[in-house]
Amino acid sequence: MSTILSVENLTKRYASGHEALKNINLEIEEGEILALLGPNGAGKTTLISIICGIVNASEGRVIVAGHDNVTAFRKTRSLIGLVPQELTLGSFDRVSDTVSFSRGLFGRGRDDAWVEQLLKDLSLWDKRDSEIMTLSGGMKRRVLIAKALAHKPRVLFLDEPTAGVDVELRKDMWEIVSKLREDGVTIILTTHYIEEAEAIADRVGVISKGELLLVENKASLMQKLGTKQLIVELRTAANALPPALSEFDLELSADGQHITYTYDVRAERTGITSLLQSLQQAGLELRDLQTRQSSLEEIFVNLVNEQ
Amino acid sequence: MNWHAVKVIYINEMMRTFRTLAQSVASPVISTSLYFVVFGSAIGSRIESIDGVSYGAFLVPGLMMLSLLTQSISNASFGIYFPKFIGTIYEILSAPISHFEILLGYVGAAATKSLIIGTIILITASFFVELRIAHPVWMVSFFVLTCVTFSLLGFIIGIWADNFEKLQLVPLLVITPLVFLGGSFYSIDMLPPAWQTVSLFNPVLYLISGFRWSFFEISDVSVGWSLIAVIAFLLACLSVVGWMFKTGYKLKN
Repeated sequence: MSTILSVENLTKRYASGHEALKNINLEIEEGEILALLGPNGAGKTTLISIICGIVNASEGRVIVAGHDNVTAFRKTRSLIGLVPQELTLGSFDRVSDTVSFSRGLFGRGRDDAWVEQLLKDLSLWDKRDSEIMTLSGGMKRRVLIAKALAHKPRVLFLDEPTAGVDVELRKDMWEIVSKLREDGVTIILTTHYIEEAEAIADRVGVISKGELLLVENKASLMQKLGTKQLIVELRTAANALPPALSEFDLELSADGQHITYTYDVRAERTGITSLLQSLQQAGLELRDLQTRQSSLEEIFVNLVNEQ
Repeated sequence: MNWHAVKVIYINEMMRTFRTLAQSVASPVISTSLYFVVFGSAIGSRIESIDGVSYGAFLVPGLMMLSLLTQSISNASFGIYFPKFIGTIYEILSAPISHFEILLGYVGAAATKSLIIGTIILITASFFVELRIAHPVWMVSFFVLTCVTFSLLGFIIGIWADNFEKLQLVPLLVITPLVFLGGSFYSIDMLPPAWQTVSLFNPVLYLISGFRWSFFEISDVSVGWSLIAVIAFLLACLSVVGWMFKTGYKLKN
């Protein structure tokens, strides 16, 4: 795979002195799905806006398919599609008109067949002659996606694509994304929903306070940073934890059947061996053992809090 | 050049006009007709001809300028302010389109609308008074230059404005007084000498004077000065727009 987008030492400083982005470096491979996670005001939208040319950077540069996004903006922008966070659409425009408008804006001639296919893929074909203001929020979101895809971009930015969208539509959105990936489109999405990143992303980047804390393969991120839990099921319920086990970080369930041990997989020693020995010495009989990986959400919360 | 983009912006803006046909076209026609009835017929019948031109006819270039200026500014300023206001500007800014092309689309459409409105007013006027155009080439040049220049000014106002009040501020507080005091309804010869001098500092006077000269060969200032004034104003607007785009003023920051 080759790099389709690289962000080099990108900084955005506002006139007020506020630094929205601090020296961001990021490389994105062609065809991957990258999820950018971060709390509100972390700089996700600013980063996307700079890459797309909506906001000027203070320092650093952005290279798309080998072209600088300032000096060769025509080349880079025609490769990129953007679905903004807000439902920004002209209320009086008709669906097919606004999609054709976007296509023209990105330098492509009229192509009714493509627009038709796009609207059908996004379940908008029945609404092609409707005015935007008559559509529901979910439909408007689809129109924004159709607009972003009208010129067949190779890189698609989805800024909070499922914010304020119901569960069903969110599933549809994920399907749309995976279909786009099959077509070879590189996708960068920002999201609040960690399960979303977990479900569809190949890599996850975490942004907080203008800094890119990390970008990792999703699986290795969870493995590398996650805490794990060992859940021990006892043959007979215990009333309290034996004093001999006080050195471990343990939790006894209300019914006394389960003991939960939380450990850090990054640590040199996980302490599992000595725990099991101690359990045996304390005379507790084990019925079953189970381990649980922490979710991306827990990883994320830990990272942002650490900062 | 991204001609497709220029085309879709232009068409989109023109569609907006046709969607609001009553507001965009009918209202200037009606207000102009009212001016003719009130000033041309009712009051004008008691005013002597000015330099051999009947007062009704004398009014035509002034009224056209009044509409061209206000319409160019309001169309162009609204055209660019509205996408900013509702947020659809993101698409224009992220498209592979140069500043010049954005300008061509928006200002081109606004100027076209003004040209259409000006032409309609001219035709409407011809039903009320007898018109002659002594210098058609000059007349068309002033006509087009004014539409383009003031559409540029409107574009600047549209980018500068961050609320609807500011959008109305310049047309209402600056342009309308300048047009009324710029000789749209009178020749500055009719003013006391002191006010004649003051009037010479009004840039709109030069526009109206030059435009009127192209119709009737009567003018308050020489036509050369009028032309210089229009072109100077055009260049001033272009440099402001250039600066705005270069710095990303209120668009990219």
